[in-house]
Amino acid sequence: MSPIMEQAVETTLTVNGTPVTRRIPARQHLIDFLREELGLTGSHVGCEHGVCGTCTVRVDGKIVRGCLMLAVQADGRRVETIEGLSDSGELAALQEAFHRRNALQCGFCTPGMLIAAQELVANEPGASRERIREHLSGNYCRCTGYQAIVDAIEDVLRK
Amino acid sequence: MKAPQFAYVRARSLAEVFELLAAHGDGAKLLAGGQSLIAALNMRLSSPRLLIDITRLTELSGIQLRDGVVRIGALTTHAEIERSPEIRKNLPLLAQAAPHIAHPAIRNVGTLGGSIALADPAAEWPACCVALDAQFTIAGKTGTRRIAARDFFKGLYATALKPVEVLTHVEIRMPGPDYRSAFVELAQRRGDYAIAGLAAVAKRAGGTLTDLRLAFLGMGQAPVLARGAMAAMEGRRAEADSIAAASQALTRDLDPAPDLYSSAATKMHLARALTGRALAALAA
Repeated sequence: MSPIMEQAVETTLTVNGTPVTRRIPARQHLIDFLREELGLTGSHVGCEHGVCGTCTVRVDGKIVRGCLMLAVQADGRRVETIEGLSDSGELAALQEAFHRRNALQCGFCTPGMLIAAQELVANEPGASRERIREHLSGNYCRCTGYQAIVDAIEDVLRK
Repeated sequence: MKAPQFAYVRARSLAEVFELLAAHGDGAKLLAGGQSLIAALNMRLSSPRLLIDITRLTELSGIQLRDGVVRIGALTTHAEIERSPEIRKNLPLLAQAAPHIAHPAIRNVGTLGGSIALADPAAEWPACCVALDAQFTIAGKTGTRRIAARDFFKGLYATALKPVEVLTHVEIRMPGPDYRSAFVELAQRRGDYAIAGLAAVAKRAGGTLTDLRLAFLGMGQAPVLARGAMAAMEGRRAEADSIAAASQALTRDLDPAPDLYSSAATKMHLARALTGRALAALAA
């Protein structure tokens, strides 16, 4: 049997715990699907070629670039965005620390920063400042200069 | 920017992939991790008619050890290699190189096979494979063939892979316990494309280095095995005069083209600095 070859594909994924089925154009990125089809505009679109990290979301528990994954590739997978991770309370400590340390100005990079940072907090509780900087090397901030962001993440790691 | 229109198919078997490649030729592209391909689509540098998603072919993923050989499936991600205890123990060069590949979110998705098949001149895995004398398994409709890494990379984004073939596995013989490895790289920022990098392996016995392999990235159109520097260092201790001799030999081994930020002379200087660091690390 010949495989099915289409420009739009019926796709079922779980987004923040809710199953979603849509017919999705193959060319649509996961981040555009989340923002434009589901209205989850907390994750941002920046460079659209994998450099800036503002579109960071989680797929099957791992951080990924939302602009470097097609939405159809998320078929059968579990997607989590800043909205879901905020509601669940998982990011509460980081959010509080970012607020207290003034680790954002315009806030455009913040959703991606928080989701990327949480992966380090969860997997590497003893991470040094250097490791924090390495881990966030793929998330650009054009306002704060990173010092306050690293401070905030360090606060959470040292708790 | 947004990717152009294309058709998409999720392959269920390699046989299906070969059938599609035969039917669509250059109009089809394989989608593995997509961390370079989707960026290229977004920038409209590539406009295939069909993307063949091979990521659900689970037989192309995973790390196996057998008879002194590590066999890594092409779909194994950079992060899986980075975190694998088997890799850390038996092929430490790969564990040393992995953190230099882009950023965590990209390492979670990008694949070993994708990096090798793309053959970006600044990529880490191709140089590591040349340094470790890796063998690649390539599958096609009529069967499989094997090719050494040093014969696979042909030039700028050019390889021995035919449009109807799929790179399925990488096999690397484990160096013995008296072998040491080092991976050093210089980039503008952590995770950026390498300006220059070096994958180095050698046997260390009684303070001397033998069976030395030095494979550069970012210093040519493909990984460069620095045979002159290897010969200059062979059987010697890593000391000021031997390192100077190896560095001097690089003049014949390397002929880098300037990039946007670094002149050819700068790149040569950095390659010499990296050689000194790598040799010192191998001897330490």
